[in-house]
Amino acid sequence: MATKTSPELELNLALYRKLYLIRKSEQKIIEYYPENEMKTPMHMSMGQEAIAVGVCAALGDRGQIFSSYRSHAAFLARTGNVEMFFMEMYGRGGTLTGGKAGSMHLASPSEGVLCSSAIVGSAIPLAAGAAFANRYKKNDLLACVFFGDGALEEGIFWETLNAASAMKLPVLLVCEDNGFAVHTSKQARHGFRSITEIVRHYQCHVFQEDTTDAEKIYQLTRQAVTAMQRDPRPVFLHLQCYRYLEHVGINEDFDANYRPREDYENWLKRDAVALGRKKLLESGLAEADISREERKLDEEIDRCVQKAKNAPFPQKQELYHGVFHETN
Amino acid sequence: MRQISFCEALNEAMFQEMERDPSVFVYGIGVPDHKKIFGSTARLSERFGEQRCFDTPLCEEAMTGFGLGAAINGLRPIHIHIRMDFLLLAMNQLVNMVSNFVYSTNGTLKAPLVIRVVVGRGWGQGYQHSKSLHSYFAHIPGLKVVVPTTPKDAKGLLASAIRDNNPVVFIEHRWLYWAVGEVPEEPFTIPIGEANIIKEGSDLTVVAVSWMNIEALKAAEILAKRGVHIEVIDPRTLSPLDDTLIIQSVKKTGHCLVADNDWVDCGFGAEVAARVSEKCFGHLKSPVKRIGFAFTPCPTVRVLENEFYPNAVTIIRSIEKTLGLSPTDISDEDFYSHENRFQGPF
Repeated sequence: MATKTSPELELNLALYRKLYLIRKSEQKIIEYYPENEMKTPMHMSMGQEAIAVGVCAALGDRGQIFSSYRSHAAFLARTGNVEMFFMEMYGRGGTLTGGKAGSMHLASPSEGVLCSSAIVGSAIPLAAGAAFANRYKKNDLLACVFFGDGALEEGIFWETLNAASAMKLPVLLVCEDNGFAVHTSKQARHGFRSITEIVRHYQCHVFQEDTTDAEKIYQLTRQAVTAMQRDPRPVFLHLQCYRYLEHVGINEDFDANYRPREDYENWLKRDAVALGRKKLLESGLAEADISREERKLDEEIDRCVQKAKNAPFPQKQELYHGVFHETN
Repeated sequence: MRQISFCEALNEAMFQEMERDPSVFVYGIGVPDHKKIFGSTARLSERFGEQRCFDTPLCEEAMTGFGLGAAINGLRPIHIHIRMDFLLLAMNQLVNMVSNFVYSTNGTLKAPLVIRVVVGRGWGQGYQHSKSLHSYFAHIPGLKVVVPTTPKDAKGLLASAIRDNNPVVFIEHRWLYWAVGEVPEEPFTIPIGEANIIKEGSDLTVVAVSWMNIEALKAAEILAKRGVHIEVIDPRTLSPLDDTLIIQSVKKTGHCLVADNDWVDCGFGAEVAARVSEKCFGHLKSPVKRIGFAFTPCPTVRVLENEFYPNAVTIIRSIEKTLGLSPTDISDEDFYSHENRFQGPF
């Protein structure tokens, strides 16, 4: 480990581990996907990792995460559970979901990811309800939902924003704005100039940032939580990002002519994983130390992929199991 | 035993369950206001405070997702809609989120959410304040659908719904709110998923839903005078449907009429007819018959509305045809007139 440690370096190392874990896990999906064993629609987080990593680190063990179908980053950032992640990708039994969830519905409530939903915006009110329950039970848990800029067009976002503001619910609404809903740019979709200008008129806290630095997002989220606790109201956190790959699938799609490759190249210059690594080096952590951390994570990912590939599928009769919760 | 109304029974179930379990709360548009959802939420905000009994903005979809979020995070919400028609705004949450959550955890986690919905009728409620639609919900795996008729069932089944660890859509006919019957004072439950024979008979089986049980009992009373004894079965729970009593009854009578409080086409009656023909084929002496709403939107004006709804007479005429009987003289019969009792506005 590094010769000189500091809380700041510890934080940046923790953030980098998550950034690297998510990026490498998805690269492993790309590597193995052509084998056609992972039969679940892959909405890749690649390019957007800093938001989930920064926010989840700031919430820590208190975070209760709700996410969209693009949930790989949020799931791994919150749980670090690579084994369950690949079991879900490969649809194997033996996990919480028993093969019934997959890439679009990653969740592990005991580890702080309560639900991921593939209907745009539909997890947003669940986070508000969870925040209500936390206030009701007077615990210190923090409900937080991730959604894309497409969700800003759905009624459910506005319904929840209004209700949560009126009810003063302490919930974090995190918009991962990658500029596209599937292949349609927000310029074509949004009949407003600035989402934050509008949301500011609600009785909530608004924060925004255009950064790929997970540490900055971590600090911003901590500020947001402090504000929310001082004055209990929802937080709207608007963060810019860029999706490296196609909407669904493992390939890039810059030849589809809906977005220029130059955009990607510009974002790549500020790539979150590369930035996280650079910051560690600048903090004085040796290249060898970083590499050793990376190898450990690589080995963990490889182990989990192999374990998932070799794990049994659910039994056929399990189809009918679990429609209802049977115990009292 | 003490007698109370269906509405008082609903209220007592919620009151007692909220006393019993601090994680139960009740919410929805108009829930704590002075009208108290026709009286069914009386005393709750006064006794339990605004944290556990509260109004909401007009956002049925968001507040349904809100209920699911609270339910999977340790609470037991009861969400109330004063009309079934308004619940349609929440179908995305209900069908894409609420119904799937338990299955997405392979049955390991709970989603104890009760959705109480009132079905309107009469006094010009029209096509947006009168729908039943129970077959919509019974079509979706992961939702339980409860449709009580008697005050005792209302209390016992609502208590069961609140204690259930799964989502329950609990459907209440507005006209039943005045029905009075014997109901135990102490808390009790009636299991979800059990039908009930509300009148025994040997000549024909009527499977009736919600208000249509009242009409079927009236038909039974009139037909009994000429020696025709029908058996009336209230399934009480439409999903999961336990058809044991229905099948036993039809094997005994050989005839089956489904009296639904909904449109007939692709409705609950078709489900019963299919099960009866599959399980009682050799016992049937006539095809299964179905009656229900006219297949039109519900009209507002009384003269058309009376044609829209089936009633005791519709049931009697259907049974006469099935059994080859001459028409019963009903000129001296006194039929229910909730229309005359109900002076509006809602």
